[in-house]
Amino acid sequence: MMAATPETEIVAGIGNDYKYGFHDEENYVFKSERGLSAEVVAAISERKNEPDWMRKFRLKSLEYFMARPLPEWGGDLSQIDFDNIYYYIKPTAEQANTWEDLPPDIKNTWDRLGIPEAERNFLAGVGAQYESEVVYHKLQEKLESQGVIFKDMDSGLRDHEELVKQYFGTIIPQNDNKFAALNSAVWSGGSFIYVPPGVSIEMPLQAYFRINAENMGQFERTLIIVDEGAYVHYVEGCTAPIYTTDSLHSAVVEIIVKEGGRCRYTTIQNWSTNVYNLVTKRAVAYKDATMEWVDGNLGSKLTMKYPAIWLLGERAHGEVLSIAFANEGQHQDAGGKAVHVAPKTTSTITSKSISKNGGRASYRGLLEVAKGAEGAKSKVVCDALILDEDSRTDTYPYISIDENNVDIGHEATVSKIGEEQLFYLMSRGLSEAEAAAMIVSGFVEPITKELPLEYAVEMNRLIQLQMEGSVG
Amino acid sequence: MGTPTGARILIMALLELKNLHVALEDGTEIVKGVDLAVNTNETHAVMGPNGSGKSTLAYALMGHPAYEITEGELLLDGEDLTQMEADRRAQNGLFLAFQYPHAVPGVTVTSFMRSAINAVRKAKAGEDDPIPIPEFRQELMAAMEQLKVPREMASRYLNEGFSGGEKKRVEILQMAMLKPRIAVLDETDSGLDIDALKIVAGGVKDLVGPNMGAIVITHYQRILNYIDPDYVHVFVDGRIVEEGGPELAHKLEAEGYEAFTPALAAGGGE
Repeated sequence: MMAATPETEIVAGIGNDYKYGFHDEENYVFKSERGLSAEVVAAISERKNEPDWMRKFRLKSLEYFMARPLPEWGGDLSQIDFDNIYYYIKPTAEQANTWEDLPPDIKNTWDRLGIPEAERNFLAGVGAQYESEVVYHKLQEKLESQGVIFKDMDSGLRDHEELVKQYFGTIIPQNDNKFAALNSAVWSGGSFIYVPPGVSIEMPLQAYFRINAENMGQFERTLIIVDEGAYVHYVEGCTAPIYTTDSLHSAVVEIIVKEGGRCRYTTIQNWSTNVYNLVTKRAVAYKDATMEWVDGNLGSKLTMKYPAIWLLGERAHGEVLSIAFANEGQHQDAGGKAVHVAPKTTSTITSKSISKNGGRASYRGLLEVAKGAEGAKSKVVCDALILDEDSRTDTYPYISIDENNVDIGHEATVSKIGEEQLFYLMSRGLSEAEAAAMIVSGFVEPITKELPLEYAVEMNRLIQLQMEGSVG
Repeated sequence: MGTPTGARILIMALLELKNLHVALEDGTEIVKGVDLAVNTNETHAVMGPNGSGKSTLAYALMGHPAYEITEGELLLDGEDLTQMEADRRAQNGLFLAFQYPHAVPGVTVTSFMRSAINAVRKAKAGEDDPIPIPEFRQELMAAMEQLKVPREMASRYLNEGFSGGEKKRVEILQMAMLKPRIAVLDETDSGLDIDALKIVAGGVKDLVGPNMGAIVITHYQRILNYIDPDYVHVFVDGRIVEEGGPELAHKLEAEGYEAFTPALAAGGGE
């Protein structure tokens, strides 16, 4: 969609850190050298005044990252230039991102999307933040009175070190994969959430209201702990194209759902099409707990993301709903993983992909049932919609079952938009593009209906734009 | 040729078919020269046996890409429709109630209706002109009530899992909401029990008036008992072979289509 331009490089605006300028203590400049080395990693840790264990954790992770080869499966990663990336940038108030500084096609798309004011102003870093801040503080007060912690990861580490230390890197070990190792070495931003036992947070926690924090950076790190019987719905990302001049986004999200708890994690991402989006997301669910990943991937050059759920306790339930839209030049390699370790655990993975203009959408999923997970049930459904002859879809379902008494289902469909269906809709006055967009919106509706309303509306608008071909 | 047709030829009708020929993509001619003129306030029944080309005629009127108009004219309000795609024909006031409406999974009847109405309004206004939601809701509820479409249908996915009768009712509902100038109903009566037929026919009859004319395509005379056509056209092997008033439908019912085949064999029909 757009090329990196030098003058916006430092701003790294939307991709890195877009709230700057409200709080004096964050009013400093720091930018690491390009490329990755022990010095760079140590400098990041030092800048953040981190405890020694975290500094060591980062440096060890760097060793793992360096030692590991690039994965040879999934998408083509050979073009990533690790030496040409800033791994940490801290902008200043003077560099404030203004609406005018954004590339015209991004502005245009936001206009057309009708992004909610609060989100748009926040994304653009201009105007009206005061309102969001008020909302944010009201929310914070209420959460704090319930004992909920909702902070950016850096503040979480500073203010709740023991809690962070207990869980950080336990769900996704630092050497889990090359990109998890990278994130572990250079992470910055992301969210830290703790929900105490029995506390149910009614409204979704949305990253974009957390304006005092770094988030949606390139290497954000999120840790969510849902204690016994508690509930939280966390929403990250936004449907506006996230503009970044740096081409690598590699996040890690770890979630622990304790007995009887429930967590839903919703992501809608629309990275600009120069971005490699390589994310590791994993949750563990204990007895009677429920974990749900709702994951929408619209942008990026290559996305490799397979939200995983380890069902560790009896009757734990896991759900993955994912949508991928692969347009011209894009490869969406997405799916989900469910690992059944305990008896009577259940999981559902529903994946919907759309490919258009030569885009490629792959479903890659793992279903594993360990010995002893008696009575486990799992259903995997992947539906692909291909909009033209140039586009491609693949399905890679990996299944490994070590238990006899299980109920496993896998369904996959590939469909095209039929001439008759288009004609039917056009006979009611819809243009061909509108008709096709409507069919596509309907196709993903089982997932969009699970989104908070404003996101669902934006998602549909975005699909319409993709169908017009006006958004890259 | 019956007198009503002769009278109508003198003035320009709203919808005019002049020597209309329609062929499939492989060149096979299905509609072999049809003349028909339809005005508002008129209901025309086009009656024909299976395989006569009735549905092809309906599709061709609406602009289905698989059916090519190879000869003749098709005019709506004097404007040539043949070069317009289906969406523009619809925006100009043409409507087709499908014999087999397609399912659109994930799209509710309500959301579909609103999108369609807004597409037509946009075409008319030349810019976005969405119908105010309260007005839309009110109209939709009123139309659903009149057609005895249960309220919960509004939030069901369009035609998905609908019974035959539900599909036909929702087709008529769409017609009521879109307010076309000319509606073509393709075997809307097929698969309906008598109660559903009465409701659907009543809905059509209510809409035909100063703002709308209708072409009712059917195999059977049954629906005509409830719609009261002004004109009946007998359609056999791609041609109109006989025209008349409502009495012609009864003759057909009594004698069957065989009676009209010799006329065709003798080269008649016009």
